[in-house]
Amino acid sequence: MKYTEEHEWLLPEDDLIVVGITAYAAEQLGDVVFVELPEVGTEVTKDEEIVVIESVKAASDILAPLDGEIVEVNEALADNPGLVNEDPTGDAWFFKMRPSDLSPMDDYMDEAAYKDFIG
Amino acid sequence: MTDTPKRTPLYDLHVELGGKMVDFAGWEMPVQYPMGIMGEHKQCREKAALFDVSHMGQVILRGNDIGAKLEKLCPQVFSTLPEGKARYGFFTNAQGGIMDDLIVSNAGEYFFVVVNAALRHQDIPHMAAHLDGVEVTEIFDRALVAVQGPSAEDVVGRLCPAARDLKFMETMLGEIDGVDCRISRLGYTGEDGYEISIPEGEAIRISRLFLAHEDCEPAGLGARDSLRLEAGLCLYGNDIDNGTSPIEASLLWAIQKRRREEGGFPGAERILKEISKGASRKLVGIKPEGRAPARQHVEIQNLDGDTIGEITSGGFGPTVGAPVAMGYVASAHAAPGGKVNLIIRGKVQPAEIVALPFVAQNYKR
Repeated sequence: MKYTEEHEWLLPEDDLIVVGITAYAAEQLGDVVFVELPEVGTEVTKDEEIVVIESVKAASDILAPLDGEIVEVNEALADNPGLVNEDPTGDAWFFKMRPSDLSPMDDYMDEAAYKDFIG
Repeated sequence: MTDTPKRTPLYDLHVELGGKMVDFAGWEMPVQYPMGIMGEHKQCREKAALFDVSHMGQVILRGNDIGAKLEKLCPQVFSTLPEGKARYGFFTNAQGGIMDDLIVSNAGEYFFVVVNAALRHQDIPHMAAHLDGVEVTEIFDRALVAVQGPSAEDVVGRLCPAARDLKFMETMLGEIDGVDCRISRLGYTGEDGYEISIPEGEAIRISRLFLAHEDCEPAGLGARDSLRLEAGLCLYGNDIDNGTSPIEASLLWAIQKRRREEGGFPGAERILKEISKGASRKLVGIKPEGRAPARQHVEIQNLDGDTIGEITSGGFGPTVGAPVAMGYVASAHAAPGGKVNLIIRGKVQPAEIVALPFVAQNYKR
């Protein structure tokens, strides 16, 4: 598992990357009430805003961690956005993407580095 | 504001209770505690919640005919406000806009006024300049704590039994564990409850006595905002400001009959005209049909795609279980049941105009 400075976790699954947000990020956001996911089939560019998370406090964006295509989104979040608070690193994954360029993965943090990052 | 944020007498308690502190109108205030905004909101609707509202301005007015003099600044009737009663009002400007909203209480020997935190610096000179022969004194040495929710009567009443007999918008001096407090049965959550003015040195101790009740938990500004929004109550700076008239803001109920007939307050020309002929826009409740919250500044369109207004307050309503919002629309579109579209991040989201409040007010009258 790799981590971005935007508090996303990236989990390789066969030739896909599964993306969600960390428990730290979910805690900071507070109670999540709405998640707007990209459409399956969308071609995305690294650092493009592709997910909007609304908590009771405010709206936040999630950036595409890599170039590639969105191949699956977690429809369960539409009916139950609170999953993001309950199980951020498990059932509340956001989308799966087929990356066209994996090289940024080398720059992302491993778990130890991410723990240092959030202090 | 470049000053470092000020701290209320309850600051140390907020930190001890795990409050997440933010700068609000120049004050370091808890936006939430570990329970979270959703939980704190439901706590207030179902049991009781304690809010620190010490950032608001508490003002004492002393002199003769204070009520009548206040009527020169506000379109309310205060001259006959009975002793022990409180009334919601607002200062209007010459253009009929709202300078601030406030609560005025007749405390007998004096009048007690509470104004918004961000407007203390405006309101106090405004009163001092225009209330001839009235001594205007801002109180800096008392905390203001709100205990709100269906259990509030028991939380406060077991410490001060006389507070149980207060009705909505009544105020009294009462002793809580040996401390003289001003206890008023009002609030801004839509629930029954009290606001209690406490000497600063005793504020934490008295707050702990409230929190010792099994039904009472601390709540922050986040829950206060979602509670007042569901209750259809305006937030100054969002829903009402210097450019909005009370008629546009659907606050006609707060202008008593004599003032509607006689005028004699700043902006009366516009306000009386809007009372008789209607305002060009109205503040309405808006219920998005989907799950996406519509926040402040979201554009409101009619079904033909013409802009008809803007959201002024919006978010998720934990008791409603769905997004809720308020905003101004052209009066032709203000009737409940009307369908509109909201433009949220470039996407069209259907919504309906609804009557306010979203959650029935639960006052003890």
